[in-house]
Amino acid sequence: MDWVWLVPALPLAGFLLNGTLALARPTAKRAVTVIGVGVLVLAFIVAVGVVRALAAAHPEAPVVFRYWEWIPVGALRVDYALQVDQLSAVMLLVVTGVGALIHIFSVGYMGEDEGYARYFAYLNLFVFFMLTLVLGASFPVLFVGWEGVGLCSYLLIGFWFSEQANADAGKKAFIMNRIGDAGFLAAMFLIFRYTGTLDFAPVFAQAPTAFASGGPVITAITLFLFLGCTGKSAQIPLYTWLPDAMAGPTPVSALIHAATMVTAGVYLVARTNLLFALAPLSSAVVAGVGALTALFAATIALKQWDIKKVLAYSTVSQLGYMFLGVGTGGGAMAAGIFHLTTHAFFKALLFLGSGSVIHAMHHAYHATHAHSDAQDMRNMGGLKAYLPWTAALMWIATLAIAGIPPFSGFFSKDGILAAAFARGGSAPIWYLFWGFGALAALLTAFYMTRMMLYTFHGPNRTGAKEQDHLHEAPWVMTGPLVILGILAAAGGLLNVPALVGGGAWLEHWLAPVTHAGAALVPAAELSHGAEWTLIIVAVAIAVAGMMAAWRLLSPESLVPAAQAQPETGFAKVLYRKWYVDEIYNAAIVRPIQWLSRTILWKVVDTGVIDGAGVNGSAVVSRALGWVGSQLQTGNVGFYVVIFVAGVIAVLYGMVR
Amino acid sequence: MTFLEFNFWAFAILSVVAATLCVTRRNAVSSALWLVVTLFAIAALFVMLDAQFIAVLQVLVYAGAIMVLFLFVIMLLNIGRTGPGDLKGLFGAGVAVALATGLLFLLSRVTNAAPPEAIRLPPGAAAAAQAEQGLIAVVARPLFEAYLIPFEITSVLLLAAAVGAVVLAKRRL
Amino acid sequence: MFLGPALAVSVVLFAIGVAGVLLRRNAIVIFMCVELMLNAANLAFVAFAQQLGVGGQIFVLFVMAVAAAEAAVGLAIIIAIYRHTQSVDLSQINLLKG
Repeated sequence: MDWVWLVPALPLAGFLLNGTLALARPTAKRAVTVIGVGVLVLAFIVAVGVVRALAAAHPEAPVVFRYWEWIPVGALRVDYALQVDQLSAVMLLVVTGVGALIHIFSVGYMGEDEGYARYFAYLNLFVFFMLTLVLGASFPVLFVGWEGVGLCSYLLIGFWFSEQANADAGKKAFIMNRIGDAGFLAAMFLIFRYTGTLDFAPVFAQAPTAFASGGPVITAITLFLFLGCTGKSAQIPLYTWLPDAMAGPTPVSALIHAATMVTAGVYLVARTNLLFALAPLSSAVVAGVGALTALFAATIALKQWDIKKVLAYSTVSQLGYMFLGVGTGGGAMAAGIFHLTTHAFFKALLFLGSGSVIHAMHHAYHATHAHSDAQDMRNMGGLKAYLPWTAALMWIATLAIAGIPPFSGFFSKDGILAAAFARGGSAPIWYLFWGFGALAALLTAFYMTRMMLYTFHGPNRTGAKEQDHLHEAPWVMTGPLVILGILAAAGGLLNVPALVGGGAWLEHWLAPVTHAGAALVPAAELSHGAEWTLIIVAVAIAVAGMMAAWRLLSPESLVPAAQAQPETGFAKVLYRKWYVDEIYNAAIVRPIQWLSRTILWKVVDTGVIDGAGVNGSAVVSRALGWVGSQLQTGNVGFYVVIFVAGVIAVLYGMVR
Repeated sequence: MTFLEFNFWAFAILSVVAATLCVTRRNAVSSALWLVVTLFAIAALFVMLDAQFIAVLQVLVYAGAIMVLFLFVIMLLNIGRTGPGDLKGLFGAGVAVALATGLLFLLSRVTNAAPPEAIRLPPGAAAAAQAEQGLIAVVARPLFEAYLIPFEITSVLLLAAAVGAVVLAKRRL
Repeated sequence: MFLGPALAVSVVLFAIGVAGVLLRRNAIVIFMCVELMLNAANLAFVAFAQQLGVGGQIFVLFVMAVAAAEAAVGLAIIIAIYRHTQSVDLSQINLLKG
């Protein structure tokens, strides 16, 4: 386990080397490939070794490795320290494993791009920061990783920055993240104020005594932390950056906006689960916002035509499920992390698969010099004849996300919903959350089937000339898809519930991390009958959703995007994302811009600081100088008068 | 009022009046001459204060040499005639009188205090010393004994002044 | 014996000298008023010498010597200025204005 420092150090070295190559020799593609992919594969191998050592050691508390003293200021002492425990082990394997697969995929996808070296440099840097985030032993170190992944997200979303829209999307992501980060910082300040430390172990040890259960302080702290999570993990109200982030390259969307960065918020809640257990109101808020977001995003995904946008809203929706899980607490904490893991598998598979599709569409349009949108589903159709492997693997992911047993998504999603329903026994609002989740599951099955239907089935709408150029992706891209497909299919084995005879392996693995918080949550048990009923309901919902999509939708009635009619009515509202972006623009962005322009610039900057401050002090100096110069008359008689007056003054002072 | 006191007050008033006239005459030569009168009156006051040698020196050096020098320069520069008013206007006069009055007031407060007992000599000690050593020896002996060094330095100072005056007044260096 | 009155006369003469310096414009007359002030100081010294010892009189001696030297040099300067500006009126000599 002592080698844990090597895991983040390898991608950092990759960033430095690839960055140098990007600046010095951007055409050295083979070197970049070897370095960029090699460090990730090595990091994964080391991570496996670390986890095996951890499993052999069975520690009850996290193992902390301190490397150097970072901030010694007054009463505050923060070291650069990494900790290895069961939760960070799970995240470690997900980040390095899925990350390595996506790096391999990128070799094929970005192979012809000019910024190849820059891309891999940024990608390596991102993995470094993400690993710092999950391995950090204190809030500040986690925050360094938190901010760093935000930075890399900005760099990668705006990778093709010569297009204004891409640069804007990068800025939008970064700025909305910063709003959340302000909440994170406020929470850190409060934690330090009340416990005097920012390291995880002492904070969690003091928490039950330092904070009154359900009191205003702990509620404020956890709500601020959750504000940071809504920014980073794209929940209501700070989710609008994620669909715009699809402007970046597709592997970036897979890695950052599906598997790893956006799950940082879920990780944070899981890491601080003891604090959330002490604040039942905050836990309810987390679960409620998660459930509502799950439903809300699912409705928007129903009417999107860009394949990546469908997947983006699907990600937002699934993240809502994860928050529902960690918000419910107790055993559902492990269920939330389980869903995080399975979601990483099938969502990465879906994104990479859509990457294959887009890659093929680009090639086709490039060959025929057409300018149609390669990502619009109305331009696709019937692609399973041309991309059979991609189609089959994406169908596996779709079944997983819809929650059809025995694929992985079924086990994780059902775990969350069952826990939510059980919690309803002590707090009825959780039945409402369960209801949202169930409805969202129905919609998920529907829109995913819709996506598959329009993309791979039915008649092909790409165009007669383009069809000759559509072909399957090379093996460097399809290989990772296969591995992810196996994981998506079999991932359920990680946490088979006791109900069906499994060992709930992941839940027991995470027990040392979650048991302190779980003890504070009201125990919720369902009878076996209720559990089986819920399972049957869940499967029925999934199947119903898929069948409804298959029956009600007719890909034959679609026309290519250029000839499509604009949406009308309620469909238009869904297509325009419930106009949330427009509302934010009018209510928040415009007033702030007005404030900056009219008041802060014209009044404060030009008037007060420039006018009174800078010019004003010059005027005052000149005036004082003029006053002084009036004494220089050159007239000796005048000087003598002043002289005598001075003497009188001195004498007066002495005689008093 | 003894004779001595009457004399003292007479010469005191004379000196003040002559000084006032000196300050207010338009003609520069008149000012110089009235200053000479003032110096004579002060010399008389010196005599009454048991400083006879100093009084003689005042007449010889001050009134005799320095004032003659002044008159030489006035004559040389030909400003002896009654010229246009060189007294300042009404406002200037007011300021001058006000400041002078203020100074007068403060200085009178300063000189009101009596010297401390510790350094005072017994009354009549000055006259007794004079009777014992003679008028000049009373001043000369300390001058060449205790104050020898300032005496020598003063001689150097006078030399420097003489050289300086010659150089400054040359027509061509 | 006459310490009080002598000091009073000295102060009055000094004030008259100051008034003269402030009142007049002719450089030579101003100089004479300065000499008047020096004499007032001499008078004070001599008045105190009666009670505090002969050092006062000796100091008067030195004051006279210095006054002589100062008068010589000062008048030489006035002559040099007169050669330059043809006037000893102080209000005409203001090259240092500004």
